Amino acid sequence: MPYEAWKDNEYIESLVKELQDNGANVVVGSFDKLINWGRSNSIWPLTFATSCCGIEFVSLGAARYDMARFGWEVARSSPRQADFIMVAGTIVHRMAPVLRRLYDQLAEPKYVIACGACAVSGGPFKKSYHVVMGVDKIIPVDVYLPGCPPRPEAMIYAIMQLSRKIKVEKFFGGVNRQEKQEEFLKNHPIPGVED
Amino acid sequence: MADTQEIIAKLFPQATFEEGDILTVEIPDSQWHDLAETLRDNGELSFDFLMTIVGMDWVEKMGCIYYLTSTKYNKRIAVKVATEDRVNPALTSIADLWHIAGIYEREVYDFFGIIFINNPDMRRLFLSIDWKGYPLRKDYDASPETNPVPEDNERQSDFTQVYTRDADGKIECKEERIFAENDFVVNIGPQHPATHGVLRFRTAVDGETIKKIDVYMGYIHRGIEKICENLTYPQTLHFMDRLDYFSAHPYHHCLCMTIEEAAGIEISRRAQVIRVMMDELSRIASHCLFIGTFCMDLGATTMLFYALRVREQILDIMDKTCGARMTFNYECIGGVMQDLAPDFVEDVKALLKIIPQNLKEYDKLFTGNVITKNRMEGVGVLGREEAISWGVTGPSGRASGWACDVRKTTPYSIYPELDFEEVIRHEGDSMARFKVRMGEIEQSARILEQLVDNIPEGEYCVKVPKVIKLPVGHWFRTVEGCRGTFGVYLESDGTVNPYRLKLATPSLPAAAVVDSLTRGDKIADLITIGGSLDYIVPDIDR
Ligand code: SF4
Repeated sequence: MPYEAWKDNEYIESLVKELQDNGANVVVGSFDKLINWGRSNSIWPLTFATSCCGIEFVSLGAARYDMARFGWEVARSSPRQADFIMVAGTIVHRMAPVLRRLYDQLAEPKYVIACGACAVSGGPFKKSYHVVMGVDKIIPVDVYLPGCPPRPEAMIYAIMQLSRKIKVEKFFGGVNRQEKQEEFLKNHPIPGVED
Repeated sequence: MADTQEIIAKLFPQATFEEGDILTVEIPDSQWHDLAETLRDNGELSFDFLMTIVGMDWVEKMGCIYYLTSTKYNKRIAVKVATEDRVNPALTSIADLWHIAGIYEREVYDFFGIIFINNPDMRRLFLSIDWKGYPLRKDYDASPETNPVPEDNERQSDFTQVYTRDADGKIECKEERIFAENDFVVNIGPQHPATHGVLRFRTAVDGETIKKIDVYMGYIHRGIEKICENLTYPQTLHFMDRLDYFSAHPYHHCLCMTIEEAAGIEISRRAQVIRVMMDELSRIASHCLFIGTFCMDLGATTMLFYALRVREQILDIMDKTCGARMTFNYECIGGVMQDLAPDFVEDVKALLKIIPQNLKEYDKLFTGNVITKNRMEGVGVLGREEAISWGVTGPSGRASGWACDVRKTTPYSIYPELDFEEVIRHEGDSMARFKVRMGEIEQSARILEQLVDNIPEGEYCVKVPKVIKLPVGHWFRTVEGCRGTFGVYLESDGTVNPYRLKLATPSLPAAAVVDSLTRGDKIADLITIGGSLDYIVPDIDR
C-alpha cells in the first residue's frame, strides 16, 4: 500500500482542520500532544469475539502478526479497563443489549471498530430474522473495517487509523465523548432507563 | 434392513415404511413413545444414538423426523411423526429416553412451535421469550417490524413450562422452577473469556460446588437454516464456512456430497483426493487451535503461540490454494473451485516434516506437567453410555470409548481406501479428550502422507448444469467434522431452492452435556471441562 493512500482519510483530515481552525493554547496543546502520544500507542482492546472474525483477532495476537509491536496486546476481559471494542463477529438480537451494556461500561474516552462485514452491515446474514444489520444501529462506530473475515493485516490497518484519530483529538476539553454519548442516547432512547 | 422392518411391522401394525438408503418409518404420535422405547431397548434393534431431530413444516401438516443410529449394528433409521393441527401442534416427548432429546425438542419448539408433551423443560432455546412467531414455519412473517432489535435488556424468567396430557387428552401447562428456590445462581457469560464465545451458563452453586447449570444459547443464532430456504443450492454452500469455522472444509464437503448425490453428479477422483486432503489439513489446524486455547484456559498462555505456529503454516497452504485464510468457500458442487496451487505438494511435505517435532514439543511442555495432570485427570468423566445418550460425538465421544468416527462407521469419499486408526481412549476425562486430539493430529498426518504423492491427474471440477434443480425427495448425509458428526438433512420439492435444510452440528450436544458433566465439581473445573469439550458457539446456534 503506498504511503499516500494510507494517509488518505478525509475524516481525519477534517479533524485536523478543526483542530487548526480552533487553535489551542500552547501549554494545553503540548500537554495534549504528550497525552495523545501515550494514548495512541497503548490502546487496549476488550476481549470481545462472537464468531469467525474473532479467530482472526486471536491470530493477530499471536506471534506472526504480533500486535504487541504497537501496544495493543493488552486485551482486557473487563470493559472498565479497555479503550476500545473491536466488534469482531455477528451481533444478533439477543446479543444487542449485551453489547450496548458493554459499551456503556467502557471508560471514557472510548472507541469502537466494527470489524467484518457482519458488524458493518449484517454481511452474509443480511436476510436473517435475528441479525442486527450493522452495529452502528446500537452503538456509535469510529472505524468500519470490511472483510469476511478481514485479514489480520487489515485489522492492523484499522487500529492504526484509530490511533491516528486519537492523535489528532483534543484531549483537554476535547474528547468529550460524554457529550457525544449523551447525544447518541437522546437519539436512541432506552425505554424505562433514565440516563 | 428387512429384519428391522419386520420387527417393527410385527409390533406396530400402524407403521408405514418407505424404503431408501435409510429406512423411514412413519408412525402416529400416539404410538411414537412406545416405538422409540422399542427401538432403543430391543436387543435386535438397539438404536441407542439419537443423531438429530429435524423439525418440519409440510404446510398441510407439521412434524419431526428423528434420525437414529444403532452403535451396535451400525445401522440407521428415520422415524417420521406428524400432526395436522397447526394452531396447537403437540407431539409426545422422548426426553426420558435420550438425554439429548430434551434440547433437540426445545429447538424444534423454538423454530416451529410444536409442543412436546412431558418434556421437563419446554422453553425456547435460541430466541427470547418475547419473540413473536416461529421463524422456520413457512408462514412466518419475516418483516423486521414483527421482531425489532431489542433496546432494553432481555426479559428473563426463572420458570419453565411443562406440558402434560390428562386422562381425557386435554393438554395442561404447568410452570416449574428451573432452579430450587434458595439456590445461589451465578451468571457466567455471555461475555466471558473462558466460555469460548458468547455462551452463557446460569450456574447454581453451593459454595464452590456446582449444583446445576442452565446453558443459555442463542447469542449468535443467525438463522442460517431459514436463509438457505430462499437461496439456490450453490448459494447455500458458503454458510457452511461460518458455522464451525475450523471445520469449513468438512462441512462444505458434506453439503456438496448431499447435493451431488441428490442430483446424481459423479465427481472426479482428483477432486475427491483434494477434498479429503483439505479435510485432514483443517482437522490438524483445528486441533492445534484447540490445544492453544485449551491450554490458555488453564493459564498456559505460551502454548497458544506454539500451537498457532503450526496453524499459520496450514493457513498459508490454504491461502495459496483457496485464496483465503478462513471462510474458504472452496468445495463446490461438482468438485472444488480452483486447482491446487503449484507448490501445494511441497508445502504439505514441509508441514508433515514438522508435525512430529511439534507434537513432541507440546507433550514436553504441557502434557506431562504436574498442574496439567491435576487439573485434567479424572475431571469431568463422561461414560460411554452417557456419551451416546447425550450424542457427544467426535474426539470427545471417542475419549469415552465410543467408536463414533464417521470416516470408519459410514465411510464416504475415498476414506475406505486409506489406512488410519481411529483414536479411542476409555478414561472419559478431560485428559483423554485432550490426548485423543493429539492422537488425531498424528493420524491426519498419516492420511496426508499417503495422499500427498498420489494426487491423481484429472479435472478438479466436473461440468454441472448452470441451474441446479434437485428431484423431489430427502437426503441425510454425515461427515466427520473436526468436532464430531456433522449431518445435513436436505429436503427438496423439485425447485432450485431447498425446501428444508437442517444442519445437525456436533457442538450442540457438547454444550448441552456440560450441565450433567460438571454437577458436583468445582466451579474452576467448569473451565477445563468446557474447554476440553471444544464446542464452537456459532456451531451450536447456527
Ligand atoms: S464478517 Fe464473515 S467472518 Fe466475520 S463474523 Fe461475519 S461471517 Fe464471520
